[in-house]
Amino acid sequence: MAENVERTTKTHTADRGSRTGNFFKAVSAVVWKDLQAEFRSRELFSAMLVFSLLIILIFNFALELDIKTRQSVTAGVLWATFAFAGTLGLNRSMAIEKDRGCLDGLLLAPVDRSAIYFGKVISNLAFMLIVEIIVLPVYSILYNVNLFQAGLLLVILLGSIGYVGVGTLLSAMSVQTRTRDILLPILLFPVVIPVLLAAVKASSGYLTGAEFSEILLPLNLLIAYDIIFIAVAFMVFDNVVEE
Amino acid sequence: MIAVKKLVKRFGLKTVLRGVDFEVQPGEFVALLGPNGAGKTTFLRILASLSRPSLGEVKVAGFRLPNEAAAVRARLGVVSHLPLLYGDLTAEENLRFYARMYNITKMEPRITEVLEMVGLENRRHDLVRTFSRGMQQRLAIGRAVLHDPDVMLFDEPYTGLDQDASSMLDDVLKTVAAKGRTVVMTSHDLARAEELATRFDILSRGMITASASPTDLRRGNLLTFYKEALAG
Repeated sequence: MAENVERTTKTHTADRGSRTGNFFKAVSAVVWKDLQAEFRSRELFSAMLVFSLLIILIFNFALELDIKTRQSVTAGVLWATFAFAGTLGLNRSMAIEKDRGCLDGLLLAPVDRSAIYFGKVISNLAFMLIVEIIVLPVYSILYNVNLFQAGLLLVILLGSIGYVGVGTLLSAMSVQTRTRDILLPILLFPVVIPVLLAAVKASSGYLTGAEFSEILLPLNLLIAYDIIFIAVAFMVFDNVVEE
Repeated sequence: MIAVKKLVKRFGLKTVLRGVDFEVQPGEFVALLGPNGAGKTTFLRILASLSRPSLGEVKVAGFRLPNEAAAVRARLGVVSHLPLLYGDLTAEENLRFYARMYNITKMEPRITEVLEMVGLENRRHDLVRTFSRGMQQRLAIGRAVLHDPDVMLFDEPYTGLDQDASSMLDDVLKTVAAKGRTVVMTSHDLARAEELATRFDILSRGMITASASPTDLRRGNLLTFYKEALAG
């Protein structure tokens, strides 16, 4: 019976010869869609930003520190802020897809599903980096610490990539459950501990003026973690989003 | 166009589909009827490659699932009771996004053509969240036919629509079916199914228990057929 079904050809869709081209087209479509929708609603971005500013304000009042101690806690406070605000953004980013059935719409597209993953990673990373760009000068003013060092900015970029890479995969998993809001941090924080530890260690090294040889190990760990987890996410995303 | 053989779907210990055999010829409009929990949505999700079969063989448009899922998805349009549209994008932006995902050539004329077909040309620049439920469902059909699919799956498309919106959806569905597409629609609305479909299949307790064409039924007798199929 099944063998008698004839294969059909397409009219409106382009030839599927250039799979790489289609992949990047799909990635850019997802990024464009997320940025355009967020530009209109500003739901995700404003929630992340307000939450981040509140956290650094609370830490500022809770820890009445002298200048020397401030420098030593800065890396921890910064990464705690980024991690909490990032979770908020990751949850919301995937919830938008799920609430109106849009995740099914994405999964129905005839593209490699890892294109959807990379599209979501890029847009989530963009939101996180924008929040970080705003938070850093505010933090600098409140704590009187200079955060604008090339090395530190590189660590923030690498740490954010690792955090968002894993977070996007786990949010795609948790969004399928009823307890998605509480499940994501429970799943994410244990997995992302190596990123946060390496990022705090490397950031602290730059802020306290440590030797580059001391910073090199956590920096290498961050790079290795980014590569490994994005590669794993690339391989398993298809299975994670399917029922 | 669709061939399903001994399809079984299990969720943990629960078996939802128990050996479904189902075949649809090109151009047929099949109404898949059945009570809540019969497995209609699960069945359509498997045909749409959104869920994997536990056992059995599934072929859509000549391609085997799940191995050739991307080829199936390129030839498939799906409409469910959820719109699968982004509220913060305009009607045109939603279609443009899906056109890029489906790698559609000559995107802009196709978007205009589809918006005209579903009667939303004058609302193309409005945000989808400002649309009524009926308008969203019409745009959802536009999204589903954008890539000119050979097979269309409708999962309870009338859910939540008032009489006027349902009538407008009827017209759009007839236009979609008139293009010679193969359609499978699940519905609880027997009157609408009777008006649109060329075949009625009853899915009950995870199996196709009965099948009939309009000529097999005396006029207005789908309800009796449905009740007998469920009782049997």
